[in-house]
Amino acid sequence: MNTPNVTMTVRRLGPATCVIDIQGEVSAAAENALMDAYTQAVSAGARDILLNFSQLEYMNSSGIGLLVTLLIRANRHAPRLRLLAMGLSEHYRQIFELTRLNEAIGIFATEAEALAA
Amino acid sequence: MSDNPAPRDAGNWARPVDKLDLSGVQAGGMRLNVAGRHLTGPIRGFGQMWQKTYWVRLSGAPATPQEVITVWKAEFPSFWPKGNRFYGPLTGIRPGEVAVLNLAGPGGVTAPGETPVIATGIMVIYADDVSFSFMTPEGHILAGLITFSAFAEDGATVAQVQALIRTMDPLYELSFRLGVGHRTEDDFWQATLRNLAARFNVAGQAQMRSALVDPRLQWSEAKNVWHNAAIRTAFVLPGEILKRLLGRS
Repeated sequence: MNTPNVTMTVRRLGPATCVIDIQGEVSAAAENALMDAYTQAVSAGARDILLNFSQLEYMNSSGIGLLVTLLIRANRHAPRLRLLAMGLSEHYRQIFELTRLNEAIGIFATEAEALAA
Repeated sequence: MSDNPAPRDAGNWARPVDKLDLSGVQAGGMRLNVAGRHLTGPIRGFGQMWQKTYWVRLSGAPATPQEVITVWKAEFPSFWPKGNRFYGPLTGIRPGEVAVLNLAGPGGVTAPGETPVIATGIMVIYADDVSFSFMTPEGHILAGLITFSAFAEDGATVAQVQALIRTMDPLYELSFRLGVGHRTEDDFWQATLRNLAARFNVAGQAQMRSALVDPRLQWSEAKNVWHNAAIRTAFVLPGEILKRLLGRS
């Protein structure tokens, strides 16, 4: 399979909120990076995890499958944990709508909006 | 954000649609349970969520992943197991196009006249030169995302089908719990991959692995049974069988 062309950085935004900054490409090759970042955020005590897509450069259908799997994993292992998204361009908002991810992941324009939600 | 240049995948994705329509689909088959239906996807659906991966190594075939996907898209219906029919988009497998599926029942069972017993459809939501993906509408057996891809690995091209799926409603889930649904699904895609390999003159054995992503049922989606394509097809099947036996279809 392809080598990952993505960087995921975890940072704390609030007492119970972590942001995963996604820079690069989300495809099947990003699985380990995304799951590692998720584990790091959960280990840091996050109850809200905000996926920051503002530097997303490319996503294919395997990338969407990866987000679905992450969502289910989060719901199973931490039912009170919320997975949120921000920084989606209009193009990626449409993809979330097409695949119905927007029904399961709260979408916000900015970090401040997500924090206030 | 909106003033950024178009991303590299911009032309690979379908646009969101409210309801499916059949205007661009080739003629023929039972055209039921597609027009007017909403797309579902793995977020919806009733049953346990599975990730099933099927693959075949095209060892010895000189075809690149791009060449495999080009052939797979162009000749997609020809790789399906006997008894199943795919009435594809007139323009080929492209993002946003819809196809009609007429499927055999469990174990490849068809009605008299080799009439398929489930009429449903798919929409192509994504396509590039090394992969393409379908999502399913209401009433389909599975609420899911199915991705067909090819990639190079250890000196050979590998063709793969990966399905992220839940059964659509409690009746379909029952068939999966009894093992019939799983076996039918697994046999279907493994046969498809064997047929694809044969197209490249490879006698490949398809392999598979499956992972239970979510063991829970989504009872809020039990209402999906209202659109159950198998039940709705059963109502029109007698007429369809008669047409086939009389040579009118």
